[in-house]
Amino acid sequence: MSTTAVHSLWTTAAEPITKIDAPKIEYGQLSPTLIVIGAALVGVLIEAFVPRRSRYYAQVFVSVVALCAAFAAVVALAADGYGTTKAHIAAMGAIAVDGPALFLQGTILLAGLVGLFTFAERRLDPVAHGNRVDSFAAQAASVPGSDSEKAAVRAGFTTTEVFPLLLFAIGGMLIFPAANDLLTLFVALEVLSLPLYLLCALARRKRLMSQEAAVKYFLLGAFASAFTLFGIALLYGYAGSVSYARIAQVVDGTVTDVDPALADTMGNDALLLIGGALLVMGLLFKVGAVPFHMWTPDVYQGAPTPVTGFMAAATKVAAFGALLRLLYVVLPGLRWDWRPVMWAVAIITMLGGAVVAITQTDIKRLLAYSSIAHAGFILAGVIATSKDGVSSVLFYLAGYSFVTIGAFAVVTLVRDAGGEATHLSKWAGLGRRSPLVAAVFAVFLLAFAGIPLTSGFAGKFAVFKAAADGGAVPLVIVGVISSAIAAFFYIRVIVLMFFSEPKPEGPTVAVPSPLTMLAIGMGVATTLVLGIAPQYFLDLAGQAGVFVR
Amino acid sequence: MNPVNYLYLAALLFTIGATGVLIRRNAIVVFMCVELMLNACNLAFVAFSRMHGNLDGQIIAFFTMVVAAAEVVVGLAIIVSLFRTRHSASVDDASLMKL
Repeated sequence: MSTTAVHSLWTTAAEPITKIDAPKIEYGQLSPTLIVIGAALVGVLIEAFVPRRSRYYAQVFVSVVALCAAFAAVVALAADGYGTTKAHIAAMGAIAVDGPALFLQGTILLAGLVGLFTFAERRLDPVAHGNRVDSFAAQAASVPGSDSEKAAVRAGFTTTEVFPLLLFAIGGMLIFPAANDLLTLFVALEVLSLPLYLLCALARRKRLMSQEAAVKYFLLGAFASAFTLFGIALLYGYAGSVSYARIAQVVDGTVTDVDPALADTMGNDALLLIGGALLVMGLLFKVGAVPFHMWTPDVYQGAPTPVTGFMAAATKVAAFGALLRLLYVVLPGLRWDWRPVMWAVAIITMLGGAVVAITQTDIKRLLAYSSIAHAGFILAGVIATSKDGVSSVLFYLAGYSFVTIGAFAVVTLVRDAGGEATHLSKWAGLGRRSPLVAAVFAVFLLAFAGIPLTSGFAGKFAVFKAAADGGAVPLVIVGVISSAIAAFFYIRVIVLMFFSEPKPEGPTVAVPSPLTMLAIGMGVATTLVLGIAPQYFLDLAGQAGVFVR
Repeated sequence: MNPVNYLYLAALLFTIGATGVLIRRNAIVVFMCVELMLNACNLAFVAFSRMHGNLDGQIIAFFTMVVAAAEVVVGLAIIVSLFRTRHSASVDDASLMKL
């Protein structure tokens, strides 16, 4: 590199700069994200200025309105053709507005709305000192078991900050699958992760476990995002740019304006391969794929159950969206290198999740391992490298997220003196005591297992079909085998609920408010609709299955 | 000086940070090692920026600093609450949940 070129980096010509072009931002097309982030900021102001008594109602109102408005904006954009013919890249190349982005944003917003209902539930815990309480700590800063905690409970404090935190997380998740350069991807990753770390620490009951879950999630999450960032640095070094389209061009070798520095780094495959691997690793951590799954069971078990449900559903949707875009838009030129690796990851994820789940005795841990197995099934669709692969993954994610939130919402209902009774032995005979709750949970478990006439079956069928068409028949065989293994422990829970005697000191089933009923009802409805009449939604996902580049 | 040397330094710092995360017990020290990894990434960004002669990498370094600062806020809040509960910041002691 010549000295003058470098010198121009830190000096400028003497004549004054007359005009700087303002960046062109398409606010209308970014409105879903802007509405959610804006409402989160309003939520912060509510915490500062609204009296404590009315904060809960104000927060719930603002959050619900924002999520509904953002969903309406997504639908309007899709109806306007931004998902298909008018798909393009907005915000000076930072955000893609296309079919997969809009489909996933719609899914995340609906999942967020349902998650919000479970966050706002205040009838499950017994009334404390005349105040209705939710699943979150009275005051997160007070030490568990201390006098200050008791005083906070007596005063009727609730952590209403969870609502803005939830909105910030959703805001990050909306950007994550739509990010069109690596910097936006990284910032979105952090914006979605940081609120989740905090939410994990806020449980009302079992606070030690909750804090422990938060520390584990935080340290491992920060570790993984450091790897992601180093991967981004190496890819930037390889291509001289963080824009997806530019990197894809450099990978394909179709770039026209090669300067000497780029010619130098372009030839260095180590930068590309190591950078791509580190970046994919960070995303696989977020989806909870083996071998980056170690955090999943602990965090799912320790976090407050509404947070677990939301996290399990929405984070997976956002992270798989980002992974799809990365592999299909940035690194398609490298697919002969990443496909074998993803094959191996998918196989060990499916088998590992299903096999370890058999030994679990805690319902939340069981669902955590089941979510790992599901990540493997979805990866099988990612590997297909075809349009069908994209649309099947979109469909699977839409079906899976509502089932997950519904299942964790049912877990919040089964309670004993210590809060939620998550040990499996306490679920024995639940079907005799409260047939309706047990039947609903059985529907969710059958959907997880992929029994026909549930959304799980339609999703699995679509994903495996796409994988088989893409030449991954052995992967499909492993998938079917691990589905069978997984079905074993789902059925075992159903048998436990319906065909064993209830224990005399067993848990009770709390009667929830309409909020949780709505969340569970939404889960049952999507399970049955997507299972019995999936065609409309498969077509919708099919139309949305093309990335803009 | 050849900017590639800075890349080797960045890789070295990143490895030191990653090793620290894996072998240290105190949550604060683990967290500092993560910060070291992020700073190694910054060095790599700036070095690559110098090699390519465009400013993207230097701008990204600023974003990384802001993200790292936000991460410190969240991380210290979580670690301090754990420490106040257990009177220990050891990551080995936090073992209520196991496989």
